[in-house]
Amino acid sequence: MSDFLHKALLREPQAQSWLAPYNARGREACRGRTLPNFRVEEWKYTSLRALEEGSYAASPQAVSNVESLRRYFDIPELDAHRLVFVNGRYSPELSRADGLPEGVTLVPFSAASADQTSEICEHLGCLAVERTQLFTDLNESWLEEGVFLRVDRNVRVVKPIQITWLGVPQAESFGMAQRLLVILDESAAVTVLEQFVSSDGTQNSFTNGVSEFVVGDNARLQHCRLLLEDAGAVHIGAVHISLGRHASLEGFHMALSGLIKRSDIEVHLRGEGAHCELNGVYLPRNREVIDYHTCVQHEAPHCTSEETFRGIVGDEARAVFNGRIHIHRGAQKTSAHLSNRNLLTSDRAEVDTKPELEIYADDVQCSHGATVAQLDASQMHYLRSRGVSEQEARALLSFGFINEILNRIHREPVQNYLRPKLAALFAGDTDLEKHLLGEHLLERHLL
Amino acid sequence: MLSIDNLHARIEAEDKAILKGLSLKVNAGEVHAIMGPNGSGKSTLGHILAGRDGYQVTAGSVSFLGQNLLDLNTEERACAGVFLAFQYPVEIPGVSNMEFLKAAVDAQRKHQGLEPVDAVTFLKQAREASKAVNLDQAFLKRGVNEGFSGGEKKRNEIMQMMMLQPKLAILDETDSGLDIDALQVVASGVNSLRSPDRSFILVTHYQRLLDYIEPDYVHVLAGGRIVKSGDKTLALELEERGYGWLETEVA
Repeated sequence: MSDFLHKALLREPQAQSWLAPYNARGREACRGRTLPNFRVEEWKYTSLRALEEGSYAASPQAVSNVESLRRYFDIPELDAHRLVFVNGRYSPELSRADGLPEGVTLVPFSAASADQTSEICEHLGCLAVERTQLFTDLNESWLEEGVFLRVDRNVRVVKPIQITWLGVPQAESFGMAQRLLVILDESAAVTVLEQFVSSDGTQNSFTNGVSEFVVGDNARLQHCRLLLEDAGAVHIGAVHISLGRHASLEGFHMALSGLIKRSDIEVHLRGEGAHCELNGVYLPRNREVIDYHTCVQHEAPHCTSEETFRGIVGDEARAVFNGRIHIHRGAQKTSAHLSNRNLLTSDRAEVDTKPELEIYADDVQCSHGATVAQLDASQMHYLRSRGVSEQEARALLSFGFINEILNRIHREPVQNYLRPKLAALFAGDTDLEKHLLGEHLLERHLL
Repeated sequence: MLSIDNLHARIEAEDKAILKGLSLKVNAGEVHAIMGPNGSGKSTLGHILAGRDGYQVTAGSVSFLGQNLLDLNTEERACAGVFLAFQYPVEIPGVSNMEFLKAAVDAQRKHQGLEPVDAVTFLKQAREASKAVNLDQAFLKRGVNEGFSGGEKKRNEIMQMMMLQPKLAILDETDSGLDIDALQVVASGVNSLRSPDRSFILVTHYQRLLDYIEPDYVHVLAGGRIVKSGDKTLALELEERGYGWLETEVA
């Protein structure tokens, strides 16, 4: 057993009694196991050595003076119902969960009523259990806190639900388990924004996240998951979504910065006519590693899925993308498309991309493709021929490559929140950065 | 304004000489049309003047407003006032036309030691320019040339030219493939910019464009050099007789 796991399992979660069986089960499942290494196909390109070396096994501590932390998660102009967790602990001061429409339950695990806990227990792990990965087990062994969201039949939640996990460095590297359980009943509609952020500077946190979404018939989920923790942070997370008949998902994923960020996203299209749109961007730099493993399971006929992930990889960073589409027997009339495009901006950067298509039905339309390239020379020339400097042309084109996907986020304040973070990455020159943003502000005034 | 002297150039990748001793003098305020058969080097000339990679000048010189143009990189040429309307403008999804135009205008202003133009003024100018070329304002928000039709791309080139106000504009077959309405839009864009201190080189295949933009000079480019020059009547003669008679005449 690895040193990290050994220490991790010594931890005594401070959870309430109803979570204790999960802790025990998780601990039991982890016992005697080791962290996966490159010999395991799913971890071939992403080394967990940093996790092992950094240990990250200590428990998170309570943080005082949380008021000063607002600026790390504030999204201007976004009017949202918000739950905020600081180093894994629910912060009522920073949260704003009042005014929920009738038929909506939004509660941290620590504040759940007896009825709510039994409802949580009924569904928790119903999707994540299918993929009994080590990290899901570890998540359960540490489980103390999480969020439960339920939207009743025919209820449409107008304001987005923002769930923020904020990390602040501690004396000792620490690990925390994040959990989210969302149940959408028939014809319900909601936007869920999962925001992982940190305070400035070097972090020493490891977030182990598991989010589950059960989307009922004809229900509609807009989901945005942003992994924005600063340098030094490790994030290993899984998202499991099941879609009922005619249900729809619009998902957006983004990862920047950090040390290792790995996400496993699994979508099951279980009911006829379900639709899944999955978009994502990743931008590792320095020596960061960002890894997305996605799996779209077409289990019923007449479903459609459209997946687009793009990445820009600079310096000595590495991006890993593994996109799998699985068309089950009987899932006729499926339309499934996957595209993954990557830009390399340094000759020491690396991308490992692998689209996978597995089809067991004979009347389907599928496509997949992956590219790794440098900036397009004819586009560069076109910009420069209008007087734009080479440096600015690079920034514009890189920004544009990602911006195309960013524009698919339906909530404009979220786009406006993310753009400066991207501009800062591409410009590397404050004048240029202002310029890139200025043009976007300009565009917003247009029309 | 522009003086090309005995220019020889080749395409690097193919090691093939394209221009073989081309000379041309363009004074301020003049409009020159360059016509010629396919493969004569018309587009190459535009690319070399605008500074595209992949071409090598093996002999001759190009002077623009007293500077050695060939010494400048692509963006420096643009900032010095050279504008090329591309025959095949590229699409740049994700970069809006607006942001592209602002970047270009500001880059050129910076070169002149001017502050970036303020947003309100810029918007006003951009709207006027798009109206002048009959492009809906929605095109300003779209990705550069993204999903534009052939005619829309050409009109977008003219719009850029109007925003950038170059000293020398080279139009590389901007009229090819345009219907008569779009051609008129392009022509009126050019005509509205004609001024005593601005010059144009119209590279074209078809005499039709010259019905709408009256050139001061017409040149025939064949085999990598200018084989005949004249006034606008030369274009009509070419229309009637084709290029064959020139080749025999030159020979």
